[in-house]
Amino acid sequence: MKSESTLKNTISGSLSQREASVFNWAPQKQDQFVFASMRVLSSFVILILVALMVMLIKTAWPVLVDQGTNFFTQSIWNPVDEEFSALPLIYGTMITTFIAVIIAAPISIMVALFVNEVLTPKLAKLVGLFVEMIAAVPSIVFGLWGIFYLGPFIKNTLAPFLKEHFGYLPLFQGPSFGIGVLTASLILSVMITPTITSICREVFKTVPAMRKEGALGLGATKFEMMLLTIVRPSFSGIVGAIVLGTGRALGETMAVAMVIGNQPQIKASLFAPAATMASIIANEYAEADSEMHIAALCGVGLVLFVLTLIVNLVARSIVWNYNRSSK
Amino acid sequence: MREWHLKYRKLKNIVFHMALVFAACAVIIPLFMVIQYVMIKGFNSLNWDFFTQIPKPVGEVGGGMKHAIIGTFIIVGLAGSFAIPLGIICGAYLSEYGRGKIAALLRLSTDVLTGIPSIVIGIFAYLLVVVPLKQFSTLAGALALSIIILPVVIRSTEEILKLVPRHIREAGLALGLPRWKMIFFIVIKGSRSGLITGVILAISRAAGETAPLLFTSFGNMYYSTSLTNPIASLPVQIYTYAISPFDDWQRQAWAGALVLIILVLGLNLISRLIMNRQQLGFGRRK
Repeated sequence: MKSESTLKNTISGSLSQREASVFNWAPQKQDQFVFASMRVLSSFVILILVALMVMLIKTAWPVLVDQGTNFFTQSIWNPVDEEFSALPLIYGTMITTFIAVIIAAPISIMVALFVNEVLTPKLAKLVGLFVEMIAAVPSIVFGLWGIFYLGPFIKNTLAPFLKEHFGYLPLFQGPSFGIGVLTASLILSVMITPTITSICREVFKTVPAMRKEGALGLGATKFEMMLLTIVRPSFSGIVGAIVLGTGRALGETMAVAMVIGNQPQIKASLFAPAATMASIIANEYAEADSEMHIAALCGVGLVLFVLTLIVNLVARSIVWNYNRSSK
Repeated sequence: MREWHLKYRKLKNIVFHMALVFAACAVIIPLFMVIQYVMIKGFNSLNWDFFTQIPKPVGEVGGGMKHAIIGTFIIVGLAGSFAIPLGIICGAYLSEYGRGKIAALLRLSTDVLTGIPSIVIGIFAYLLVVVPLKQFSTLAGALALSIIILPVVIRSTEEILKLVPRHIREAGLALGLPRWKMIFFIVIKGSRSGLITGVILAISRAAGETAPLLFTSFGNMYYSTSLTNPIASLPVQIYTYAISPFDDWQRQAWAGALVLIILVLGLNLISRLIMNRQQLGFGRRK
C-alpha cells in the first residue's frame, strides 16, 4: 500500500510540475471534481443510515414517553386498548433465535468440517453449492413450506413423539397446532445454517496444511486432527460465525411470521404460538390506524434494529480480530 | 491395553465421520424437500393463465399473477437502477481512495446496513415515502429494495476492484490518464464480469424479499404500472394467497412460489456461472 502511494505522489508530483508550465491543468480539475462527487455520494449513503435511525427514534418517541419503562417490563401487547409492551415480542424473538442457534450451530460446524476436510474437491464444491443455495431460497418459500408441510408434520409426528418421551418437561406440554415456537425455530435453524457454515469454512481454510499433516504424522486419527488443529484454534472464528448467524435469525421475518401464530404471549411450551418483533411488524403495520400503534411498532422496530446492530458489530469485531491474528 | 486404546480411538473416528455425514444430510435434505415440494405442488398448479391473467374476483376459480410478475420486475428494476450505479461508485471510492473519515464511515454504514433486518428498512421506506404521499406506492417499495441492494453492491464492488493488480492502475496513470478515467475506463470496465456477478446476486436477493414490501408497495389485485399507486409483487401476492382460506388461491401461491424460486435460484446460478467462466477481469480468483 505504502509503495503505491509514494509512486502515486511521484506521478502526480511530476504531473503537477509539468502542469505549472504547460497547458495541462484540466485533468487535475477533473479529478478533483470526480473525487468530490464520489465523496458526496458516499456521504449520501451514510446519510441514509443516519436518517433511518433518526426517523425510527422520532416516530417511536411518543410510545416510549407514553409507556415509559412499561414498554420493556409489562407482558401485554394489545393494540385495541392501546397497551403496548415489547416484552412478549422480545421473548418470542429470543426463544426462537436461541433454539435455532442451538440446533444450527453444531450441525453447521460439522458440515463445514465435512465439506472442507472429508469430501473430495469436486464433491465439496457441489455440497458447498447446495448449502449456499439454501441461503438463496426466498424466505417466503420457506414460510409456505412451513405452513403446508412442516407444520402438519410437527403436529402429527414430532409433537406426539416429543410428548411421549419428554412430556414431563414444561417445554413439551400442551396441545400442538402445528404452528408455534418450535416450527418457527426449526425453519430458522435451516435458514441460518448456510451463514454459519460458509463463515466456518472460510475460518477453517486458514489453518495451514503443514499443521494438519503434522498432527496426522504424529499418529492422530482424522477426528483428533480436526479437533486439535482445526476446531480448537478456530474457536473465536467459530463464535463469530455463530453470532453472525444469530443476527440473521433475529431479523428473519416472513418465514417466522407465517408459522409462529402471531400471538404476543409468553408461554413455557414450545408448541404454543407466539410472536417475534419482526413478525408483529409484518402482521400489524399495514393495518395500524392509530398514531400510537404505529409508534409502538416503530418502537419494536427500533429495539430490533439496536439488537441486530449490537450482535452484528460484536460478530464483525470477532471475525476481524480473528483475521488479523491469523494473518 | 494399548490395543484396546487404539481401537477406541479408531471407533471414535468412525463415529465422528458418521456424525459428519448425518449433519450434511440434515442440512441438504430440507433443501431438497423444499424444492421438491414446491416443484410438485407448483407444476401441478402452473398453467398459461398464470402468466397472462390477473386475479378473478373472490370465489371464482382461475386467474393468474401477471400483474404481480410485472410488478416485481418494475419494483426490482427501479430499485436496481437507483442502487446499482450508486453502489458501484461508492464501492469504487472505497477501493480506489478508501482512506479518511468518510471512507471509514461508509464502510461502517455498509456493514450496518447489511445487517439491518429488511423489515426495519421497510419501516424506513414507509416513513420516508408512504407517509408524505399518504398512500402505498411503487416508489416506496423500490426505495426499500434499493436500500437492501445497496450495501451488497458496495461490498462486492470493493472486493472485486481490489483484485485488480496495482500495475494496471499504474500503467493507466503512466499513459497520462486522469485518475478518474483510469478508475472508470480501466479498473471498472475491466472488472465488468465480476461486477455483474455481484449485481445479479444482490438483485436475486432483493427479488425474493417480502417483508419490506408489505407496507410500502402493499399489493394490488389489479394490473397497475403507476409509480404512485400500490402495486402487486410476486412475494407479497404469494403471502396473501398462502394465508387465505381458499383452495384455489393456495394452489396459485404454490405456482407463484415455483416461479419465484426459479427466478431467484436461476439468477443465483447464472451469476455463479459467470464467476466461474470468466476470471473476473484482471484478477484471478483462486
